[in-house]
Order: sequence, then C-alpha cells, then structure tokens
Amino acid sequence: MTTITAPVVHTGLLTARQLRAFLRNPAYLLINLVQPIIWLLLFGQLFKAVVNIPGFGGGPDYLTFLTPGIVMMMALFGSAWAGTTYIQDMERGVMDRLLTSPTSRGGLIVATMLYQAVLTVIQTLVVLGVAWLAGARFDGGAAGILVLLLSAVLLTFVFAAFSDAIALLARQQTALIAISQLISFPLMFLSSAIMDTKLSPDWVGNVARFNPVEWAVAAGRGAMQAAPDWAGVWGHLGLLAGLVVVMTALATAAFRAYQRSV
Amino acid sequence: MASPEVGISAYELHKSYPAGHTAPRVQALDGLSVEVEAGTIFGLLGPNGAGKSTTVKILSTLSRAESGIAEVAGIDVARHPERVRRVIGFVAQKPVTDPMDTGRENLVLAGRLQGMSRRDAAARAAELLTRFSLGESADRLVKTYSGGMARKLDVALGLMNRPQVLFLDEPTTGLDPEARAELWAELEAMAELERMTVLLTTHYLEEADRLAGRIAIVDHGRVVVTGSPEELKDGLHGDAVIVELADAADAPDALPLLARIPGLGDVLVEGRVLRGRAASGAGALPQVLAALDGARLSVASATVARPSLDDVYLRHTGHSYSEGAHS
Repeated sequence: MTTITAPVVHTGLLTARQLRAFLRNPAYLLINLVQPIIWLLLFGQLFKAVVNIPGFGGGPDYLTFLTPGIVMMMALFGSAWAGTTYIQDMERGVMDRLLTSPTSRGGLIVATMLYQAVLTVIQTLVVLGVAWLAGARFDGGAAGILVLLLSAVLLTFVFAAFSDAIALLARQQTALIAISQLISFPLMFLSSAIMDTKLSPDWVGNVARFNPVEWAVAAGRGAMQAAPDWAGVWGHLGLLAGLVVVMTALATAAFRAYQRSV
Repeated sequence: MASPEVGISAYELHKSYPAGHTAPRVQALDGLSVEVEAGTIFGLLGPNGAGKSTTVKILSTLSRAESGIAEVAGIDVARHPERVRRVIGFVAQKPVTDPMDTGRENLVLAGRLQGMSRRDAAARAAELLTRFSLGESADRLVKTYSGGMARKLDVALGLMNRPQVLFLDEPTTGLDPEARAELWAELEAMAELERMTVLLTTHYLEEADRLAGRIAIVDHGRVVVTGSPEELKDGLHGDAVIVELADAADAPDALPLLARIPGLGDVLVEGRVLRGRAASGAGALPQVLAALDGARLSVASATVARPSLDDVYLRHTGHSYSEGAHS
C-alpha cells in the first residue's frame, strides 16, 4: 500500500467500524429516527402562528419554512457527539493502540465525520418524508433536496471535527456534553432555523451572519425555493466548505496535544 | 563473535508530568537506561508509579521523552516514529479491543491498518484465533468475552503485523489466577513461535521470574539493577532470615542485637518485621532467637527462605515489594 492511498483506505476501514457498531445497536438507530420527527412536529405545532406575524418573510406555510431548520438542528446536535467514539477509545487502550500503529491521523478524523454524515443523511430523508406527509411542499425539486443534503453534510463535518478536537483536548465525555449545551443551543437560536431573523432584534441577525448553522440553513432553505438565489446559496456553501477544511486540520493537529498528555 | 543484536536500547530517559496547578511536576522517569537483546523477553519489574508504563509509552512512540535517546529495532523513536510504528506491536495496560466488534473484526481491522492486504489479514487473524484458542468465539462481539479471553485477544492484536518488537504493558493485571496461568502458557508458546523482542512490564515478581530471560528492577524512574532472575538471586549470597516480632515497639531494640550476630548481614527493619541475610539461614536462626530471647523481646514467627525476587527487590530499593506497591 502506498502512502498516498493509505489514508483513504484507513478512512474507509474506520468508517465501516463505526457503522457496524451503529447497526448493532437498534435502540440507537430508533432514537436517531424518532428524534427528528418529534422535533419537526413539536416545533411545527408550537410556532405554527408565526407566519401570521407581519413582516415574516418565510412564506405562507411554517412547516415548509421550518423543515430545513430542523434538518440543520439535527445535523448540529448529532455531530456535537462525534467525539464520543474517541472518548470510548481513550477510556480503553484502543486509541493508544491506533496511535502506536501506522493508522492515518487524518483518516481517524475523517472517518468520524463521514459516519456522522451518514446519520445526517438518514435523518434528513426522514425529516423530509415526514414533513411532506404533514403537508409541507418544497418547490426546489431534486436539485433543492440535493443542495439541502450537501449543506447538512458540510455542517455535520464542521461540528464533528470540532467535537473530535474537543474530545482529544479534554479527554472527557463531560466536555462534549458542555459543547452540546453551551454551544449548540445558542448557535441554533442565533439563526433563522426556527424563526425568521428579520423578526428578531437586529443584533441576532448580525451575529447570525457569522454563524455556520445560519450558513447551512440559508443554503438549504434557499435551494428549496421555486427560484433559488444560487449566488447566495453557493456563497454560503463555500463558507461552510472553508470551515470544514480548517476544522479538519485543527482536529488532526489535536492528536499531538493528546499525545503530549499521555 | 559479533555482539548480539540490540532489540531495544534506551539511554538516560527523562520525563515528568504536571501534577496540578501548584504541585511540583511528577518525575516519572529520572534517567532510565535499559538495553534488550533482540529475540529475548525482557521484564521491567516495579510497583505502580515506578515508571514502567511511561517507558513503554516512549518506546512505542505514544509519548516523547524530555531528554535521552531511545531506539527500537535500530530506529530512533523520536526521529522516525512512523518507521517504528511499522515494526512494533503494542498491548496497553487497558484493553485494546473494540467491544462492539467481533474478535475476528478487531484483528482484521488492526492488520489492515498496519498495511496488510485483506487476504493476508484474514489468514493471520484465523491463525492467531486458533493459536489463542479463540476460534469458537471469533465471530462473537468482544463485549461478551470473559476477562481472560479479551486479554488473549489483546495480545493477538499486538501480534497481527508480525512485529519485531512487542510491548506488553502489564498483560495479566486484573486477571484471576487461572486466567493468568493460562496467559503465561500462551506467552511462553508465543515466544517459541515468533522470533521477536518482547518488553514486558509487570508488578508480579512471579510473572517476571517465569517469563523473562532478563529483568530490570525499576524504582522512582530509574533502573536499579539488571540481570537474569537467577543472577539477581545468586547475587544475594545466601538465605533470607525473617523474624516477626510480637510488638513493633521492640523493633528499635531488636535491630542492633541482630546486626551484632556474626554471619548475618543486610539487616533491615520494617514495622515489626526484621530481615537479614546469612550464608546458612538454618545456622543463623537459633542465634537470632537466642539474642531476642535474652533481651526479653517476644517473637511471633521466624522464617528462613531461599532468595526470591522479592528479596532482590528489597535489597536494591531498600523497601520490600509489597510496601512499594502500596506507596
């Protein structure tokens, strides 16, 4: 095996390992499928009336507006836990074994990102299906859905790599709980995921411009319109892709910090 | 004759860890040096915290020494860690298996990450599963394995890539005596079959005595003595004479009495236990008892023993093995 193909092969092998563990835990699979449905229907009912607020710019049907927001919320909340695999490997000697073998560090990071992306795609398709059954209609067609999936996957990559880095630096599950509580929730509410930011105070809209969750929501929701603003959509996707590269590099570098601590 | 090939060499390794915001750093290694001949089993023996695991982590490229030089299979671990990783196997103190994979999946994944082809990895996995009597459990999830089975799989994982140097960090800690004896037999058989250098750390004297051709006793981050178990025991000259007093308060009075007995040397006191060495333990014991009786110091028990590694440990560290293990 040459050094060029080794990281690719390692990524595939390690992604397959996580998918095997996932498929062996049917309860986890069920939770992952039920959770997005609950969020979608709960928020959909709870905030149904916001479309009647004067100045709401998200169209006449709240469920249609909400669906891309719930997709990104699931991507965000799910990927914040990506580092759990590393915590488990560190609690055992698995991480130490991998790091004393020629296993690609980049492959270890990218494998958790890909695994989370698979979960995100499954959840996104479930959310779309349930939303459609509940009456939401999307004008963007297949292209819109593909861009929505791409946005969700890029957002997943960003936060999965971030979660991996935190896991390697803090080496404790409590640190991952802190990210999901302290970072994920504010990031979700400081975006247009469930509410049009035009109706929020100005500062929320200003902060949202720098929020990767907002980039993903704007790209996904934008692409599902009848006449998408493609320049805006690709601009947001470009920002997300850039952040994916930065986060992946940071997470890979975090292995050095981990090895200094052992 | 050419000098034998060197499997592992470490020279003057230093390593410290932060102990907290205000506490001084803990000196894990304080100039540890060790040399292991290729193709032999070498035991690093010492209590928890002596520096054994830190040594293994540095030699296996997981951690870095602050100073000192270490080579594994002739490769500098600090300069070429990626080359070292291709020729070693590493079995950590903690379990190195993934509980949500089967035994076979664990082995094949490890082999493929080491660069083996799918076919080679499958063949090697099957061979090791059979050798470690795990064939029947090969396709069960590791979380269903007993402690002994899981530890055998850990060792098999370390052997997947036919390493030149295998690190076994406390391989039998936490196993029940039966599983420990079984793993010892497996490790002895393994050493026969695979020509490789093995660095074994243990805090069981018995384990080092049984498995290792040579051992080094590690205390406070340094090697205090090196040799084969027999050499180390022979170096003690004679038998151990151990007297347990009825009252620990008598120990300060008893010590000078024993030190005065001709032929009895190396007298040390620990609590209410006095230890000495004599060319003939059986000859020295009556004098010891007479001296203590003359001073009206009552004795709870008296023993004469052939030298053990425990005595070697006591002699070179100044404290007995069980005491060191609890500190």
